[in-house]
Amino acid sequence: MSPALSMLERAPARPAESPTNPSAPTRTTPILPLRLEEVCYEAGGKRLIDRISLTFGGGARSVILGPNGAGKSLLLRLCHGLIAPSAGHVSWAAPPAIAVQHRQAMVFQRPVLLRRSVEANVAYPLRLRGVGARARAARVAEALARAGLSALAKQPARSLSGGEQQRLAIARAWVMDPEVLFLDEPTANLDPAAARAIEELIESVHRSGAKIILTTHDLGLAQRLADEVIFLHAGRVRECKAATGFFTQPETAEAEAFLKGNLTW
Amino acid sequence: MNDLTAAFGLALQMLLTLDADLTEIVGLSLRVSFTAVGLAALLGLPLGAAVALYRFPGRRVLAVLLNAFMGLPPVVVGLVVYLMLSRSGPLGVLGLLFTPGAMIVAQCLLVLPIIAALSAQTVADLREEYDEQLRSLAAGPLQRLVTLLWDGRFSLLTAILAGFGRAIAEVGAVMIVGGNIAHSTRVMTTAIALETSKGDLALALGLGIVLIALAVTVNLLALGLRDVARPQYA
Amino acid sequence: MVNRRSLMAGVVLATFLALPAWAQEKSIVVASTTSTENSGLFGYILPKFEAASGIKVKVVAVGTGQAIKLAKNGDADVLFVHHRPSEEKFVAEGLGVKRFDVMYNNFVLVGPKSDPAGVRGMTDAPAALAKVAAAKAVFASRGDDSGTHKKERGLWKIAKVDVEAASGQWYRETGSGMGATLNTASGLGAYALADRGTWLSFANKGDLEIAVEGDRRLFNPYGVILVNPGKHAHVKAMEGQAFIDWLVSDAGQKAIGEYKINGLQLFFPNAKKMGS
Repeated sequence: MSPALSMLERAPARPAESPTNPSAPTRTTPILPLRLEEVCYEAGGKRLIDRISLTFGGGARSVILGPNGAGKSLLLRLCHGLIAPSAGHVSWAAPPAIAVQHRQAMVFQRPVLLRRSVEANVAYPLRLRGVGARARAARVAEALARAGLSALAKQPARSLSGGEQQRLAIARAWVMDPEVLFLDEPTANLDPAAARAIEELIESVHRSGAKIILTTHDLGLAQRLADEVIFLHAGRVRECKAATGFFTQPETAEAEAFLKGNLTW
Repeated sequence: MNDLTAAFGLALQMLLTLDADLTEIVGLSLRVSFTAVGLAALLGLPLGAAVALYRFPGRRVLAVLLNAFMGLPPVVVGLVVYLMLSRSGPLGVLGLLFTPGAMIVAQCLLVLPIIAALSAQTVADLREEYDEQLRSLAAGPLQRLVTLLWDGRFSLLTAILAGFGRAIAEVGAVMIVGGNIAHSTRVMTTAIALETSKGDLALALGLGIVLIALAVTVNLLALGLRDVARPQYA
Repeated sequence: MVNRRSLMAGVVLATFLALPAWAQEKSIVVASTTSTENSGLFGYILPKFEAASGIKVKVVAVGTGQAIKLAKNGDADVLFVHHRPSEEKFVAEGLGVKRFDVMYNNFVLVGPKSDPAGVRGMTDAPAALAKVAAAKAVFASRGDDSGTHKKERGLWKIAKVDVEAASGQWYRETGSGMGATLNTASGLGAYALADRGTWLSFANKGDLEIAVEGDRRLFNPYGVILVNPGKHAHVKAMEGQAFIDWLVSDAGQKAIGEYKINGLQLFFPNAKKMGS
């Protein structure tokens, strides 16, 4: 496999200064690009992620595509720092003094919602970061409005439908104003209408300036959302290129088979 | 058999007439046990959660001890607290012996391992579900502890009620450190022990029935409150 | 996150803790025996003293052995028990100030109506115990180092019966208070030595009745001692001595003599006249 390259390495689309935290000087230093060098991950004697090198620049919507078991979720967790690589390095461009964990967010395949109200769920990350009550209320209201959940603000989070829960999880991530948003199979297990709403919401997050990195095995979703595609198979990156090129001219046999729907494993 | 029927009659009569001595004793029982359980919860919930969440030296030993101490004999706790609070003991200057304060301390020690061990289990279960999300949100160690305790609140209520049941029902510890002093440290259980030793079995059992009714009421209230609130959040 | 709620909970708890009225009014702790408490004597005489003096008396009723231990540790201001040799030793060791006679009653040997040892009506207590032993009739002993237990062991000694050897067979040590031991005796149909006060006020007599009484060796004197403030500075000497003074005063002695259950007097005042 050739060394990975980011197709769309350009200046981040997000404003250099966050409106919610105007005085923080670290905000002027972007944390992207995210660089993976020869990253491996092993569990139970098996190499599940095999020497992946990648660079995620700002702006583009990167879609990690591949069949089940390819290692997409593991790769996302390695990027987000939830698990540590067995070998290799994951590094952000920001200097070590900057708390990169506070400037990225992840939405899990099955949303983990707190046993609280909808608005309390959205307020939660802000509380963790010590945002004052007044600023918090304003930002929560805004995030709920953007996710179309304002009417459900007082409802217990766990009483929502699957699609609403996923939207809530995205709103909770968005409220932190992350520079990077990771999403793991965001529309799996959702009916088409709910999935459509999620896709629109992801679009809005992206338009607001956040880098999107998401995994999916859903070709349709990838075609609608991807700027660049990272095709993963058996723990290795097989292709990494602009979406248009990938869908029209796949370079590897596996990608071709996957695009034809012949590769389910 | 006569004593049994007489006991129910007496219990009913005491409850209906709100017998002055009885209300005093019931009041003290509740005050002592509620305070003890409140303190034990204040200490035991974070302790249990810490055992479930953090890796620190001696964690395994602490977890084993907490589980083992769930069955701590009240008399032993009473004796230890007596020796600590005795005028000849290290904490004698406090002058707590034979006061409700001493009984609170003893019951608190008795109940602490129960609340801590049960909440450790609850928090460990919840951690399975929350861990990745909380790490993703960059929650600090203390924030994680508070979050899991708060989100486990409905299950933790059971741990607290278990502690309350233990506190309100035990006699060995409060007898020793409280002294069963009339109008001062006499609670339901020591009053029952006293009436038994006076051979007034019907009265003793009548008091016992009142005590059980009390425990049932407290549990019903607590669980009722929980069931009103929980279905939406669980 | 839970700040407002936890704050509220904290305030509620603090109020609960502050509420308990162990704010000390004038009070003393008296370490005494179960016989004085369980017989109802204290319930009768203490309100009179409290009304006269304004001092609240808190009675911790345990066995004589444990009462002495409490006093020794400084956990009581006054010791009020019934085992003269132990009391004199307590004073001799400097733990107590002075022993005062207060009252007496006597012990009785109670047993089942069927009287398997055939001791009913005897007036020689040790001889009766010897018959109990010979018949291997079940005997329930306090076995708790209380005043009654010490008295009982003394009587066995006079009767030249080695109860240690029979322990667990016909000689059953309950290791508990007078009432609990009488409950056991009642259940087993056993003989037992009891102080008359507890016996008279005991409600679960069942098949038991008095078998032996009237032996002068069954004499049961009660003494009261102020715990030495020289040993334990916190002892409330003034209040404690006021209680003792009242017990041996005409008013106190009269109150003790007045206390009756079913018309029967339980304790007989025998304080020496003041100033003696």
